[in-house]
Amino acid sequence: MAVQSLSFIRTAPVEATPPPTAVRGPVGWVRENLFSSPLNIALTLLVAFLLWIALPPFLRFMIFDAVWTGSDRNACREDVIGRPVGACWAFVWDRLSYFVYGSYPPAERWRVDTFFALLTVGAVWMLWLKAPRRGLGAAYFFIVFPVLSFLLLTGSERIGLPEVPTAFWGGILVTIIVSVVGIVLSLPFGVLLALGRRSRLPVVRLASVTFIEVVRGVPLITVLIMANTMLPLFLPAGMSVDRLLRPLVGVALFASAYMAEVIRGGLQAVPKGQYEGAMSLGLGYWRMMYFIVLPQALRIVIPGIVNTFIGLFKDTTLVSIVGLLDLVRTIEASRVDPVWAAPTVSMTGYAFAGLFYFVFCYGMSRYSLMVERRLAAGQRR
Amino acid sequence: MKSRMTQIALALGAGLVGAALATSPAAAQATLANVKQKGFLQCGSNPGLAGFGVPNAQGEWSGLDVDFCRAIAAAIFNDPTKVRFIPLSAKDRFTALQSGEIDVLARNSTMTMSRDTQLGLDFPVVNYYDGQGFMVRKKLGVASAKELNGASICTQQGTTTELNLADFFRGNNLKYEVVAFATADETFKAYDTGRCDAFTTDASGLYAQRLISATPDDHLVLPEIISKEPLGPSVRHGDNQWADIVRWVHNAMLNAEEYKVTKANVDEMMKSPNPEIKRLLGAEGSFGEAIGLTKDWAYRIVKHVGNYGEVFDRNVGEGSPLKIKRGVNALWTQGGLQYGIPIR
Repeated sequence: MAVQSLSFIRTAPVEATPPPTAVRGPVGWVRENLFSSPLNIALTLLVAFLLWIALPPFLRFMIFDAVWTGSDRNACREDVIGRPVGACWAFVWDRLSYFVYGSYPPAERWRVDTFFALLTVGAVWMLWLKAPRRGLGAAYFFIVFPVLSFLLLTGSERIGLPEVPTAFWGGILVTIIVSVVGIVLSLPFGVLLALGRRSRLPVVRLASVTFIEVVRGVPLITVLIMANTMLPLFLPAGMSVDRLLRPLVGVALFASAYMAEVIRGGLQAVPKGQYEGAMSLGLGYWRMMYFIVLPQALRIVIPGIVNTFIGLFKDTTLVSIVGLLDLVRTIEASRVDPVWAAPTVSMTGYAFAGLFYFVFCYGMSRYSLMVERRLAAGQRR
Repeated sequence: MKSRMTQIALALGAGLVGAALATSPAAAQATLANVKQKGFLQCGSNPGLAGFGVPNAQGEWSGLDVDFCRAIAAAIFNDPTKVRFIPLSAKDRFTALQSGEIDVLARNSTMTMSRDTQLGLDFPVVNYYDGQGFMVRKKLGVASAKELNGASICTQQGTTTELNLADFFRGNNLKYEVVAFATADETFKAYDTGRCDAFTTDASGLYAQRLISATPDDHLVLPEIISKEPLGPSVRHGDNQWADIVRWVHNAMLNAEEYKVTKANVDEMMKSPNPEIKRLLGAEGSFGEAIGLTKDWAYRIVKHVGNYGEVFDRNVGEGSPLKIKRGVNALWTQGGLQYGIPIR
């Protein structure tokens, strides 16, 4: 009783004083992250200076001075509209369907749209880690989807769709096809080659090593030129392989060799104890690899795999050199059209290609970060 | 089969790609039969060159060279759409023809003796006479290239343009300063921003680049042409019937222009009493059959594609944004070089 009446004992907790303004809120964040040391201060100022130099002209070109609507070159000419002209987005808008479909016949373009939709379904099913029945998704993506897309895009009188030869394909369609084929084929082939290279069977090992080293020793552009320029000379007269198929095979082989080396790195990083443990459980080679080794190895090399994918995605522009009308090539072909002859049209075309590639590559890189974090959850403390 | 294998083996062994190309087994006769059997013509085309081959918003190609291929398709199939364009870079264009991947190459290629004789190709006709010219700013007050003494001239590096330039100035005993750049775009941009007094490239290119300029009306193309660039379609050496078809397709278009047979009036012209027109359109004689086509082969060309003047006009001439003058490409009757060989 008496204790309660003692006046120097607090009965309620005192309200906490806020931290000093210098370490909280935006001010604190800025102090902590931008101005914490003399070196940091110098770097911050330097970057701010560079942004100040580069950002305003960039925004002016891309947005404020840009022309958004118009139907020909007069819309994007300073001498006609009487103000400085930045990007000529009207040109991109006018030619967008060519950039997406190439010369695919307009009446059949729903087939390309369906292909994009099928691809999106497959990609989401595979990539969304909580998607239901992902096993089924893999079967769809690796078996059903390619067959379906092939039938849909090439068509055949037998299934009631007019045939569309690959000579008419172009633009983003070709870019996506080359990338998807490269990405989808390179992973399984890469795993097999990596396992082959570490195999104890001399023939398998030698074959894998030879393949990987030969392909890695040759630049992609050489492979493509070989496929599209030289190969027809060596084939008997009258026999020809499709012009799109040839670079596709080349890109897939090329990507597989690089993927194999990335995955081999992962295999080597898995501790030997894991292999021995698996063997002591009585698992055979394939089960050991499938259940124990590969899941760990692949997780370790996710950044490397995504790196290869991003590189491959951008390398697909090389097919334009061997005469395939991919996105970059369609832009190059359109930008010289006299109908759109204006000073900034070429730059706008390339800016559009840059945006396209950036969106896809940045997306891939963010996704891989997310997956990496999730799969490494077991190792976080 | 055996001799083909031997050829390939020899060519590989010697590493002589050129030899492999020249003796390519694909240089078979009967390109026409092959084309008819496939049901379409495979045409090597430019992957984007103003006036000669560019795609529109729907992805349909148009241009002077593109129309040439359409004319061949029209003559064979009576359908100008039965042609597939295979865009080829400057490096792989001749190989694609030699290997049989394309039936005809219409890709603004300059006809030269070495190409005609050493590459296993034939250039049956010249469908556009190009040549190197100069462009200057109007305010420079120059009316002829011979007044360019002491001028600085923008040109593309490592091309024949640079050599022609040197020849021309040395031959006329003029001084000049060359400013060379790696790409065509870069070169023109330098000129357009005032880095040089004059810009030089092939005349057709001058007109295309002038359009891209910020102020097209301030520039003038000078009258002098300092080099010869006869551009024409090419075919594989050794198939004379096919070369004949390409040659006569062009001549039919020239004759149609000369006798004023146009896309619009070709049906009326069928009734014309003029024997030249009768022979051209197949109302008299059977000249088409002699090259493996039908009697009305030239009628089909004019009906679907038009005569040479119409094709020139809508792709590079006054009817197009390029507005290139006919110049040496005018008919011989108007002082040009395009001379339709008589059909008789």
